[in-house]
Amino acid sequence: MSQFAINLLFVGASFALYIGIAIWARAGSTKDFYVAGGGVHPITNGMATAADWMSAASFISMAGLLASGGYANSTFLMGWTGGYVILAMLLAPYLRKFGKFTVPDFIGDRFYSNTARLVAIVCLIVASVTYVIGQMTGAGVAFSRFLEVSNTWGIWLAALIVFLYAVFGGMKGITYTQVAQYIVLIIAYTIPAVFIAFQLTGNPIPMFGMFSTHTESGLPLLAKLDDVVSALGFRDYTADVDNKLNMVLFTLSLMVGTAGLPHVIIRFFTVPKVADARWSAGWALVFIALLYLTAPAVGSMARLNLATTVYPEMAGQVENYEEAAQNPILYEERPDWVRTWEETGLISFNDLNNDGRIQMYNDAADYSDRGWEGNELTVNNDILVLANPEIANLPGWVIGLIAAGGIAAALSTAAGLLLAISSAISHDLIKTMINPKISEKGEMLAARISMGGAILLATYLGLNPPGFAAQTVALAFGIAGASLFPALMMGIFSKRMNNSGAIAGMLAGLICTLLYIFTYLGWFFIPDTNTLANTPDNWIFGISPLSFGAVGAMINFAVAFAVSRVTAAPPQEIQDLVESVRYPKGAGMAIDH
Amino acid sequence: MADDKTNAAEYWKANVRLIFGCLAVWAFVSYGCAILFRPLLAGIPVGGTDLGFWFAQQGSILTFIVLIFFYAWKMNKLDQKFGLGE
Repeated sequence: MSQFAINLLFVGASFALYIGIAIWARAGSTKDFYVAGGGVHPITNGMATAADWMSAASFISMAGLLASGGYANSTFLMGWTGGYVILAMLLAPYLRKFGKFTVPDFIGDRFYSNTARLVAIVCLIVASVTYVIGQMTGAGVAFSRFLEVSNTWGIWLAALIVFLYAVFGGMKGITYTQVAQYIVLIIAYTIPAVFIAFQLTGNPIPMFGMFSTHTESGLPLLAKLDDVVSALGFRDYTADVDNKLNMVLFTLSLMVGTAGLPHVIIRFFTVPKVADARWSAGWALVFIALLYLTAPAVGSMARLNLATTVYPEMAGQVENYEEAAQNPILYEERPDWVRTWEETGLISFNDLNNDGRIQMYNDAADYSDRGWEGNELTVNNDILVLANPEIANLPGWVIGLIAAGGIAAALSTAAGLLLAISSAISHDLIKTMINPKISEKGEMLAARISMGGAILLATYLGLNPPGFAAQTVALAFGIAGASLFPALMMGIFSKRMNNSGAIAGMLAGLICTLLYIFTYLGWFFIPDTNTLANTPDNWIFGISPLSFGAVGAMINFAVAFAVSRVTAAPPQEIQDLVESVRYPKGAGMAIDH
Repeated sequence: MADDKTNAAEYWKANVRLIFGCLAVWAFVSYGCAILFRPLLAGIPVGGTDLGFWFAQQGSILTFIVLIFFYAWKMNKLDQKFGLGE
């Protein structure tokens, strides 16, 4: 059977599974549609949350980020997991007790203000839409690489599948397809990693293999990797970072952003009890950690594999790296997986010194004494995970599995985001603000239509990605962390916090963060409109625009606190509401209203 | 009614204390061991590198998991003790 047929079989089978689940889990009421009926088991919800959270970026790009950045990019690992600790302790149980369907529901009711509700709706939609673009393009890439269809067809196909199970099943359909998608993606991620870890270290568990001995050289794997990359002019893989302030703030921004992203928060509305929301956050992190503990191993091992593929003499015990570097492989003798990926343009070779050999090193280092005239091999970081099975010479079905896994990661996150968007429109905007008299049936229809509309918008943006797609992740995390997270937290932990304080805080956090991001990344992300060049010298106190979300959150807290002290305390019934969300007693199911 | 109120206030205080404790550990392993104190931990070797690197790539994530389960377990006991569970 050809590789194409195998890929088609795996992806097709996974799609059949998702659609089967969608038919089984049709939504019969708005409660089914928004919170899956409110009866999801905490472990099931944990698994669905893990799939909801781990996007195409986690599945495809994370290992590449770690491979290229080494220690410095540990921020992503800690940031995208540490957020669950604050989510579990500061938000999830209380919002579950509050018992409504959406994030703007809580902000609007708690701050007794439709202005606050509207700010929350806008933040939610902007954060979720920017995030969903990446999912659609990610699915498009996976489709075009593995199913040999054009990118456009790939994105349309992805949109159709999501449409089928999200529009009919709502949160109920999404929950159970996400569970299936988690299983597909974690198996796909782990199998090649286990083989590679075993080949390099003799230890089949990647997270342990990473810290054990590299069989061929007899050195610890990370020490070997440091030797190899420094011989090629790169920073040591494990090298420390100078700008610690920025590293701390970037990690903190990712954490508060994670805790404030609405598509993650609403997953905790689906469990039956307050205590379940706490357990569920723990399970979610366990399932996420299965991938996030494997990713650094995949990253470091792939980096070593790539270097020793190009410089075979560096693989074993090396006396003199200078000599070993003299004999990279001939371009004509490159392995098959390099050939395959050259066709996609994600690996490219340019023989600058015309010696027929591949010189791969850090361009910033001067190796003219070795007769090198520049780095000749460009490798896109994103291929590391996708090419892993080929690098490890694994059979074709593993490649098929990776294809299904990458698509599962993109679809599961896209579906969660689309639900957050559609519920903000049908529930918060239409039902709560515009037409409170709308019937249950009318609201369901509105929810389905807005879901359909959101899918069309996401598809359009996936087909015509704005040039700034990569930067928008900073925007999503900045908005969620600087505006939504502090408002939600103060709504629970400060009885004195009132409407004026919350609104002023949200706007101040949001505006400061946007201004800082736009100053360095371009106004509204239009290229070349940035006021200052995006270089560390220009950053205030060395804080990168990507790390500013944490500062925005602090501004939000400070402004909200100051404004609330000089304005009237919230009315008694609101203070009673805050009391009631603090105690689990009497939660019941997510209530309709 | 007054008793209910003091009871509830006690429960909330205990919860906030617990959160403070857990978040202190959360910050210590991630911002502390993995980032700020890494140079101080440089002398402790772990599989070809140092303890700070291990905390940054594995240790902090493992600690986070333990923290959430510990918090959930403690809160369940508090819920029962104060009679405020579901």
